This record gives sequence, structure tokens and C-alpha cells, in this order.
Amino acid sequence: MDYSFTLLILVLPLAGFFILGLLGSRLKPDVAGIAGTTGLFIITVLSFLTAYQYFSAPNPDGEFESLEIYNVLWLTFTDQLQIHLGILLDSLSVMMLVVITSVSLMVHIYSLGYMRGEKGFQRYYAFLSLFTFSMLGLVVATNIFQMYIFWELVGVSSYLLIGFYYERPSAVAASKKAFIVTRFADLGFLIGILILSFNTSTFDFITLTSVNGPVIADPTGALFMGVSVTTWAMLLIFMGGAGKSAMFPLHIWLPDAMEGPTPVSALIHAATMVVAGVYLVARLFPIYSFSSPAALEVIMFVGSFTSLFAAVIACTQLDIKRVLAFSTLSQIGYMMVALGVSGYGDEEGLGYMASLFHLFTHAFFKALLFLGAGSVIHAVHSNLMTDMGGLRKYMPITHITFLIACLTIAGIPPLSGFFSKDEILVAAFEHNKLVFAVQWLVAGITAFYMFRLYFNIFWSRTPNFHHTPQESPLTMTVPLIILAAASIFAGWVPFHELVTSDGKALTTEFHWMIALPSVLVAVVGIAIAAVFYYRQNPRPENIAKSLSGFYTAASRKFYIDEVYLFITRQVIFQLISRPVAWFDRHVVDGTLNFIGNTTVFFSGAIKRIQSGQMQVYIWFFTSGVLLLTLVMLYLN
Amino acid sequence: MNLSSEIPLNYMILLGTLVFFIGLVGVIIRRNLITMLMGIELMLNAVNINFAAFNHYLYPHRLEGHFFALFVIAIAAAEAAVAIALIINIYRKFGTVSVDDVDELKY
Repeated sequence: MDYSFTLLILVLPLAGFFILGLLGSRLKPDVAGIAGTTGLFIITVLSFLTAYQYFSAPNPDGEFESLEIYNVLWLTFTDQLQIHLGILLDSLSVMMLVVITSVSLMVHIYSLGYMRGEKGFQRYYAFLSLFTFSMLGLVVATNIFQMYIFWELVGVSSYLLIGFYYERPSAVAASKKAFIVTRFADLGFLIGILILSFNTSTFDFITLTSVNGPVIADPTGALFMGVSVTTWAMLLIFMGGAGKSAMFPLHIWLPDAMEGPTPVSALIHAATMVVAGVYLVARLFPIYSFSSPAALEVIMFVGSFTSLFAAVIACTQLDIKRVLAFSTLSQIGYMMVALGVSGYGDEEGLGYMASLFHLFTHAFFKALLFLGAGSVIHAVHSNLMTDMGGLRKYMPITHITFLIACLTIAGIPPLSGFFSKDEILVAAFEHNKLVFAVQWLVAGITAFYMFRLYFNIFWSRTPNFHHTPQESPLTMTVPLIILAAASIFAGWVPFHELVTSDGKALTTEFHWMIALPSVLVAVVGIAIAAVFYYRQNPRPENIAKSLSGFYTAASRKFYIDEVYLFITRQVIFQLISRPVAWFDRHVVDGTLNFIGNTTVFFSGAIKRIQSGQMQVYIWFFTSGVLLLTLVMLYLN
Repeated sequence: MNLSSEIPLNYMILLGTLVFFIGLVGVIIRRNLITMLMGIELMLNAVNINFAAFNHYLYPHRLEGHFFALFVIAIAAAEAAVAIALIINIYRKFGTVSVDDVDELKY
């Protein structure tokens, strides 16, 4: 099987970035946009071709093997420490290729309409290409170091795109916040990589994760603070993943990242980049599963807590993009939970499969939600749901596709979200009843806040619009329709046969005992939302008043931002930075200033000797000679 | 005629020392650059006296001291040429040949 064309999947977006970035200002905006979109269309076709080739040809045992298509030696530090760059194809990375390119293509097409007439249109497409390149490079990485490089590139492109409207101070602040928070998390990631590779003396994924390989079969038993070093490394690596995937308590950047253009939120902050953390854990899953189950427990609890926490906040937000941002947090929490409850191989690996299945379906329906929200924002020129209402009459296509997306995320059968969420709940039920209960509750809350959003936008009271909202142009509605179709049908992909923890097909059964309650709770959530928000009525406010303290806390995002500010300003600045600055200014600088000042003082005192009067010099010189002569005479 | 029989070496050294210090005092106390140059020439000539005297009294059959005196005379001529050129330039720039007024090169 020839996969050499996969190199093009990386080369084309990089070339696109350079061409659009360097020549962009000379091109007409439309030309730049269409060039970028065409490039991405080719990449998408190639990715689907790769997926078709890969999944149609399992090895004779019916397993999907890991293939290293390219692996070029890039840096050699020592004989053991070498860094390769290459392309690794396995079911996980091939699945990600399909998700990234198809969502990215939809976003490229959509942006042709959404971003039309914006200043910096060419720059926007250049950054989108850079992002696509980085994300694709990340998922096909053959070793953890290549992944780290692309991981940072993804962070940079996210930073550039959040700060796209750089005249807006809030966008600049949001981009900095996103970069600093994820960068802080990446520090943990880097330390984790170093510890792991120091222990195993390899970066290579295939060596690291092969079950019978040296790393898993022969773990080093060193302990640090009562926990094995491998577990520490895996926890630190998860810290990087938690930063990128905005898991509690590193989630604070994601809601603010909504300052970026809406298609960017759809692509980066919903469908692809933020699931990089899930991808990372999935990529290293055998190590987590065999060498550090404790780290996996942590992942499960972090994911579960984040999903509940974000779902509660989402119920109180008024900015529709922020509701979607918290919903993203919540859904990624689901994926983390699924990984956390999973084991390796066969039936045990159900959670792994469910997590990636949810990643797959979530990418489509969340991108659809964001693009739909973008379409609404485009028509109403506001992000606040209080400025919206009754839009179903004006925007029929957006309305229907948004409804499909809401039903999908709520987990109504037979839409795709139902299947993936159901698998996660089954996996959670078998592993940990408490986590199952939380996730089951979150499913209900999800349905509630999504339909709160839906009713507030498309039903409820119709406000006085400044000008009548209109349906978005074709470039925006076509991606909506395609993504809606994907959201409906993605659930029928035989995922359990394709992407599993050990590459072997998995047989799954349908569990009525789990599916029925989860659908039931979703329907209840939708019903409550309908009662509250179908028409304007005082019920939501009454409830909010009766829960006033809790409601305020939730709408203020449980004061996590304030806690961060307190920790950074009050604790770190006051207790660490200030004493350090004092020490630097007074002790370190003081010592050097003292040396300098002493020299200046003494040279000031004796500089008059250099008077420029030549005869004085001769006088000194002669006296010196005479003095020396006398000394010599008397000494001899 | 044999000088050595009539005038002892000490007289010669005393003469050289006198001439040297007259030149040195001239260099130190006179402000005029030309006069200072003359002082320097005196000091060089005092050295010549010493060379010639020591050569004549201590090594009568050798000539190194005399040759050195000749070299010094040649060097002194060259040095005088350079010095006078410098003095002329200083005069052009500062309008004076008084060494007190030429004190740019200081702290």
C-alpha cells in the first residue's frame, strides 16, 4: 500500500501559509480565500483517501497496525538522544486527519462568507493554513518530541487567531491569556516528556506504546514521594493535555478565547485543537493503562468534575459563544472520563473507543453549533442572547441546522451524539458508579442549557431589531447543511471496528438499561428548557432569585478567574515577586552599584593629576627618576 | 696631545652632568616650546659628552662610544626637524607656542 502522498497533507498547508502570508497583501481577498480553500479541499480529499486505504486494508488478523510512512532523522544530540520527524499512520491518527481536514474545510468555506470585507482577510487565511498544518503535524507525529513541537505551533496559531482583531483590547488580553495559560501547562508537558524519555531513552511512540515493548513490560521502579516516576511523568504530560483541552483548573482561557472570529472558535476552540489533550492521552494510552493507572484515575476525576462544573456555568451565561465554550469544556470532560474509565484491549477498551468516538462526533456537531451561532451573530450583530429571539422566521436554514446540532449534543437518538455519549456512559457505568451518576446528570444539564440557548435565539420574545435579520449567504449555509448531515450520520460509522485501543475490532452491545435513562434525562432537560424559555416568562428569573447566591456564583464562573488573579497578584506578586525584585534592586544591583560608585569616586579624586600641563608631567617623571636613583644607590 | 694626562675624567663627567641639568631645568621651567627644544638638545649633548669621555678614558683603543655620539647627533637632528614641525602646527592651531596654553589632552 502506497502512502507516500501523505507527505502532501503536511506540505500543502505549510506552502499555503507561506504563500498567503508573504504574498497575501498583493492578492485580492477573494483570490486568497479561494486559494486557501482549494488547497484545503485537496488536503481533505487526500485525507479521505488515506482513511479509505488504511481502513480497507487491515492485516490478515483483522488488526490495524501502526505504519511509519516517513521518519527522518532531524536532530542528533547524542547517539541515544535523536529527534525524528515523520508521519505515523494508525487508526487514531487517520481518524484525526479526517476530522481535522473536514471541519477545517467547512470553516474555510464558511469564512469566505463570514469574514468577507474584514480587514486582514488574507492574513486570516494564512493563519488558518498555519493552524491546519500544525494540527495535522501534531496528529501524525511519530514521536513525542515532534508532537511537542507541533503542539506549540498549534498554541501559536491559536494565539494569533484569538488576537485576530488586534485593535480590540479584550481580544489582545484574551490571546495573551490563552497563550500564557497553555504555555504554563506545556511546561509540565515538557518536564513530563523529559522524565519519560530519560526513563525509557526513547521518544518514539511505537516503542513507547507497544504492549510487549521494553517500556511497558519492564517499567523502572523508581519512586518519588511514594509514587512511581512513570506516574509523575504521565501526570505532568496530562497537565499539558489539560491545559490545551482546558480541563479544570486550567480552563480559564477557553471562554475568553471566544474573542476570536467565530469560525476560528468552531475550528480551534471546539472541534480540533482543544481535543489535542484527549488525543495526547489516547496516543500514550497503553502507558497510562499499564504503568500508571493512578494517573488515569486522576484524568477520570478531572474530566468528570470539569464536565459538571462547566455544564452548570453554561446554564447561566448570556453570551451565546460562551455558552458553547463551556459546553465544549463539558464535552471534553466526557472524553477524558471515558479515557479514565477505560482499560486496554478488547472489552476493557470500550472507554477508549467511546472517547474517540465522542471526539469524532463532537467535532462535527460542535463545529455546527459554533458556525450556526456565527450565522446568528452575523445577522444580529450581537453575542448576547438577550438581543435575540424569534429568529426562526428570518433564518430557516440556520434554525433547522442549529436544532439538529442541539438535539445531537443532547443525545437524542438516532443522532450521532446519542451513540457516542451512550458508549461513554456504558464504560463509566462498568467502572465507577459515582462517575456514571455525574455524567448522567451532566447529560441532562447539557440538554437543558443547549435548549435554553436554542429557545432564546429562535423562539421566545422577538426584540426590536435595528434592521431585519437575514439568512446568511450560501457560503455559510452550505457548510451548515453539510455539518448537519455529518452530525446526523456520524453515529452510524462502525467506529468500534476501526478505532480501538489495540487495533482489533470491538464488539459492542446496546445497553437499554443505560440508553433509556440517558435519553430520558435529556428529554427532561429539554422539557424544562421549553417550559422556561419557549415564551418569555418570569420563571427563569424566579428560579435565579431563589438560588441567588449559587446563581451569581455560577454566572461569575465560580470566581475561578478571581482566584487566579488573587493567586497571581496577591500571593505570587506580593510574596514572591516583590521580595525577589527588592533583592534584585537592592542587593544584586546594590553590590554592582557600590563597585561602580567606588571607582567613580576615587577616579574623581585623582583625575586632576592628568592636567594636560606637560611640564608638570616632566617634573613628576624627573622626580620619580631621581627618587628611584636614590633608592637604588642606598639599597646597594 | 693627550687630554687624559692633563684633565681627569671626573671633570668631564661633571661637565656632562652640568649641561644635562641645565637642559633639564630649561625644559621644566621655560614655557616657550622652542626653548624647551633647546633644553632637550642640551640634554642630548650632555649624553654625547659622557659617551665621548668614557670611550676616550676607559677604552682608548675602541670606537663604539664615538659612534654612539655620532648616532645621537643624527637622531637629534631628525628629532629637531620633527619637533619644529610639531611646534609650527601647534602654533597654527592654538596661535601660541606657550606650553601652558596647550593643555587639551587632559581628564
